[in-house]
Amino acid sequence: MTNLILQSVLFVVLVVLLAWPLGRYLWKVMEGRKTWTSGIFVPVERLVHRLARIDPEEEMDWKQYLAAVGIFSAVCFLAVFALQLLQNLLPLNPQGMSGLSWHLALNTAVSFVTNTNWQSYSGETTMSYLTQMLGLAVQNFVSAAVGLAVLFALIRGFTRASMKTIGNFWQDLVRGIVHILLPLSFVLAILLVSQGVVQNFGDYQQVSVLQPFVSNGTTIASQTLPMGPAASQIAIKQLGTNGGGFFGVNSAHPFENPTPFSNLLEMLSILLLPFACCFAFGYAVRQKRQGLALLAAMLVIFVACLAFALYFEQSAGNMEGKETRFGIVDSSLWAVTTTAASNGSVNAMHDSFTPLGGLVLLVLMQLGEVVGGGVGSGLYGMIAFALMAVFIAGLMVGRTPEYLGKKIEPWEMRMAVLVILGPTLTVLLGTALAAVYPGTSAALANTGAHGFSEILYAFSSAANNNGSAFAGLNANSVFYDVALAVSMLVGRFVPIAATLGIAGSLAGKKLVPVSAGTLSTNNLLFVGLLIFVVLILGALSFFPALALGPVAEQLSRIR
Amino acid sequence: MNRRMKSNGALTGRMLLRAVGDSFRKLAPSTQWKNPVMFVVYIAAILTLVFYFSALKGASDTDPDFILAISLLLWFTVLFADFAEAIAEGRGKAQADSLRRAKRNILAHKLDRPDFEARSVDVDSERLILGDFVLVLAGEQVPADGDVVVGAASVDESAITGESAPVIREAGGDRSAVTGGTTVLSDRLVVRVSSMPGDSFLDRMIAMVEGASRQKTPNEIALQILLVALTIIFLVVCATLLPYSVFAVAQLGRGAWVSVTSLVALLVCLAPTTIGALLSSIGIAGMSRLNQANVLAMSGRAIEAAGDVDVLLLDKTGTITLGNRQATAFLPLDGVEERELADVAQLSSLADETPEGRSIVVLAKEEFNIRARTLGQSSIVFVPFTAQTRMSGVDIDGRRIRKGASEAVRRFVEEQGGAMDAQCQRIVESIARSGGTPLVVARDAEILGVIHLKDIVKHGVKERFEDLRKMGIKTIMITGDNPMTAAAIAAESGVDDFLAEATPESKLAMIREYQRKGHLVAMTGDGTNDAPALAQADVAVAMNTGTQAAKEAGNMVDLDSNPTKLIDIVRIGKQLLMTRGALTTFSIANDVSKYFAIIPPLFLGIYPALGALNVMGLHSPQSAILSAVIYNALIIVALIPLALKGVKYREVPAAVLLKRNLLLYGVGGLIAPFLAIKAIDLLLVAFGLA
Repeated sequence: MTNLILQSVLFVVLVVLLAWPLGRYLWKVMEGRKTWTSGIFVPVERLVHRLARIDPEEEMDWKQYLAAVGIFSAVCFLAVFALQLLQNLLPLNPQGMSGLSWHLALNTAVSFVTNTNWQSYSGETTMSYLTQMLGLAVQNFVSAAVGLAVLFALIRGFTRASMKTIGNFWQDLVRGIVHILLPLSFVLAILLVSQGVVQNFGDYQQVSVLQPFVSNGTTIASQTLPMGPAASQIAIKQLGTNGGGFFGVNSAHPFENPTPFSNLLEMLSILLLPFACCFAFGYAVRQKRQGLALLAAMLVIFVACLAFALYFEQSAGNMEGKETRFGIVDSSLWAVTTTAASNGSVNAMHDSFTPLGGLVLLVLMQLGEVVGGGVGSGLYGMIAFALMAVFIAGLMVGRTPEYLGKKIEPWEMRMAVLVILGPTLTVLLGTALAAVYPGTSAALANTGAHGFSEILYAFSSAANNNGSAFAGLNANSVFYDVALAVSMLVGRFVPIAATLGIAGSLAGKKLVPVSAGTLSTNNLLFVGLLIFVVLILGALSFFPALALGPVAEQLSRIR
Repeated sequence: MNRRMKSNGALTGRMLLRAVGDSFRKLAPSTQWKNPVMFVVYIAAILTLVFYFSALKGASDTDPDFILAISLLLWFTVLFADFAEAIAEGRGKAQADSLRRAKRNILAHKLDRPDFEARSVDVDSERLILGDFVLVLAGEQVPADGDVVVGAASVDESAITGESAPVIREAGGDRSAVTGGTTVLSDRLVVRVSSMPGDSFLDRMIAMVEGASRQKTPNEIALQILLVALTIIFLVVCATLLPYSVFAVAQLGRGAWVSVTSLVALLVCLAPTTIGALLSSIGIAGMSRLNQANVLAMSGRAIEAAGDVDVLLLDKTGTITLGNRQATAFLPLDGVEERELADVAQLSSLADETPEGRSIVVLAKEEFNIRARTLGQSSIVFVPFTAQTRMSGVDIDGRRIRKGASEAVRRFVEEQGGAMDAQCQRIVESIARSGGTPLVVARDAEILGVIHLKDIVKHGVKERFEDLRKMGIKTIMITGDNPMTAAAIAAESGVDDFLAEATPESKLAMIREYQRKGHLVAMTGDGTNDAPALAQADVAVAMNTGTQAAKEAGNMVDLDSNPTKLIDIVRIGKQLLMTRGALTTFSIANDVSKYFAIIPPLFLGIYPALGALNVMGLHSPQSAILSAVIYNALIIVALIPLALKGVKYREVPAAVLLKRNLLLYGVGGLIAPFLAIKAIDLLLVAFGLA
């Protein structure tokens, strides 16, 4: 018990302490201010601009910004899609992996471009090293950088007044990658290699097992150990809230996550950037407390969910699907962390969690991935909720609502609502479609309420760009590959478009000065209200679905 | 005082009856369509009725009586929402009826030029157009809005303002506007028509109080978007429950698909019908409350803007101080007799009909027994006060006597080679510092002395401004006084800031400056020279006694012409927004309990274990759903009074207000329905209905 609390508290404190300076750095970099690393990275940034013929001075309005995001993502999608189909013809394929089916390639390409990293495949038996590195790892970087760019476009909406433009997407993208994601990943990859994570281009190794055993009538005396450039990809998979494992079982695999220390590093990396975004937001709007308020709301929900998950798993003594080198606490902590942030990497099988432990993970995703959430995307999602909270609360103090000095009017409301509606409706409708799809029964490992949870989990994960799987659902079929790909696209780009719409409109508005009649958005009362709004919108949307899944399963067990 | 608006404020039996009739009339699809949330309920009501009739023919998934009960309850829900709107409109309609009585067609004497002696043709008042001249005789009704161009007369404006005491209307100046429908009591007027037929003040007033020209405000639209989004979510939540139950039944091989009737009931309960039903009533009632305060808003936007106002420009005179400054002392310069000063001062004020001018005459009479004399024998020209010269006086036998603000008089004497000496400066400053108004009296190039005018700050204004400050509203006193006088009164009355020696230009500049910084500015005004500032202000209240130009420039008209009204207007604006917020919070918070009421009975056949969620211990699946739907319908009726009256507003900081309203409507909204639904369930069981 003491160990459990100590580990959890230590983890939360550590990640917040690391996120703080990083947030300050993040803000400075994205605003083009001087930092201690400017001497190294600014020349690199300029070089990229020159090579890519980017004019960083060229400001974009929100529609141009959105078009740039769209074009960039479409090109990325086509590249990754083609790479997978043609990988058998391309180099760095020592295992001779064949080209993928169109639907699996489609699903995977969408998945990595949308920062979801849902995997209907198992890396070591499907992807060539080239696909992993040039396709998937590159997307791990750029999809996270897109999230950061959109967030900072929104932040400019708050900090600018009476302006049409919200920055330059290409510049934001390059800055995010060059100054932040690449250097952080480099450091993390080195640390991970020190713990034993593999990083090579070698062939898979054939080794004899220590103790041969009999399975299905055949004696197993040797096993194949997969190899590959894993560490470099794992670093960014964690940092960029991507989560797509190099190997099929993700960070439960000893070559991805060998030691408790590598486990801690990887967990910290999951929440590091999402939390840093909150600090950066506070610095950017010149009111640190505004960023802290949003972070506080996230932390309260995080800690509450963590407490529930730990309680349910620990009290059931549930070791099923968990690695013995991590145990219940580290597995639960990881599971809550990875679903709070839209990371989706796992070090234990979520399908084997207790019904209510699994419910916590489901809820964290269904809230819209705003408790940390994706790099950039978590915070802009939370800001959409903040706009809702401000709207209702603002009315209750007798003023037309405003947030950070910007009036919230019909356009902002319409866009904020879209940010939340997009993923929510996709989860509900996707699950409904799958529930009546005739092939579903065959794809499920479990029946009844748990089977339903598996479908619900798949769509909650895809539409909120989390990417973790409950397992138990064989999702590599035309129906699931396509349905989940559509879910991921809607869940990613509807909120992005709406967020940029908000940014554009806010940037054009005047700043309303603060008075005693202004609703304060940086005190505990507002934090509480924000939590209430996030929970109630999540609870109201998913209560019935959860009742039919994990709740029914749990209650039926008691009987 | 007979106030028309107030006398019609109370609900009468006739109004209730009319509202009931209107509720049914509003069932037309074209009307229902305008309120998306209630339109969903409307469709649900029709749908369940269809289910009932098909159930009678044997095609149904549940008990026909249950379907009928749900359908009837949904129809009542729709009717209750209509009733809420109808009752809110009822007040306005009653007001409009009485205004219409004032507006009838009469014969107008149309003139071909603005002169009493001009040839007149009698035409129908409906056919008068902008720019026509009409003659109005004693006892006749003014045929159209306009400005008096010739003559002066007393006018009975009770048809518009409800105030029975007649007012003077005369050519030129700030009292030249007359309104169609008012009656000339004595004398006669030539009026230049200033409105087109059908667009008169009375027409607009009728349209406003009736709500005919009511458009949704931006804030209402934003809230509507939130409500529609919630409705869409719940529509999908309920619709997807059917496939979910199909899946569960197929997987488990037990239970039945959920009944569509129950899903429809769930949808109606979850959709934010409480606020959806009351939203338009809240807006209409806000307008109505403003009317009851005898203020006419030209748009709903203006009321909302009033809630956001954070800078109030208040005229010193009449708002902060009692209208009349009184002369209290004559302070002569060395070498001038006090009596001589009093004599000259009285002379300069003889034609000055302002209360200040009259108080000077009275003071001279009281202290030195100087009588107002007849001045027929000499050549006398009275020089009236203007905002530009800021002096008034008299030219008598070639001598020019002036009294006025010290700066103005200094300029006057300097032009003639005189100067203002240090003693005069000292006196002026000491009066100003004490909060009084110094009026310097000069004869040609010589300054004789200073009159001390005293301003009396109204009782209780200081507390009022303190409250406003707590609400985050900055008060700014506008005065023609010099900065020192202004500062003294500002300090005494507790305003946050002041604009001294105000001119129309400096007022306008000040409003622009505040708006540039993002503030919302409210002001009152009555004169033509206020019009530019009124047009610029976000909330501009024109006095009904003011000029046509001022009324056109403002977005509200105060029929009582009471400058303090601004504060009430702000309160009404805030109350309107707060009522919306409170009922939205309540409506959303209610959903939690409704889930606990309806979800267990929906899936009891599939997962009996879900019965554990029936925390209220409701009697049966049917009684649970019925109770929730009944609660959902009744809560609309129960909240109509709150929607009409508005939630309570107090002048406290935003954080305190929020805490209070969250507790009342948020937490209350979570708990109340648990109790109410349980109570309804018990009643249903007691009466054997379930």
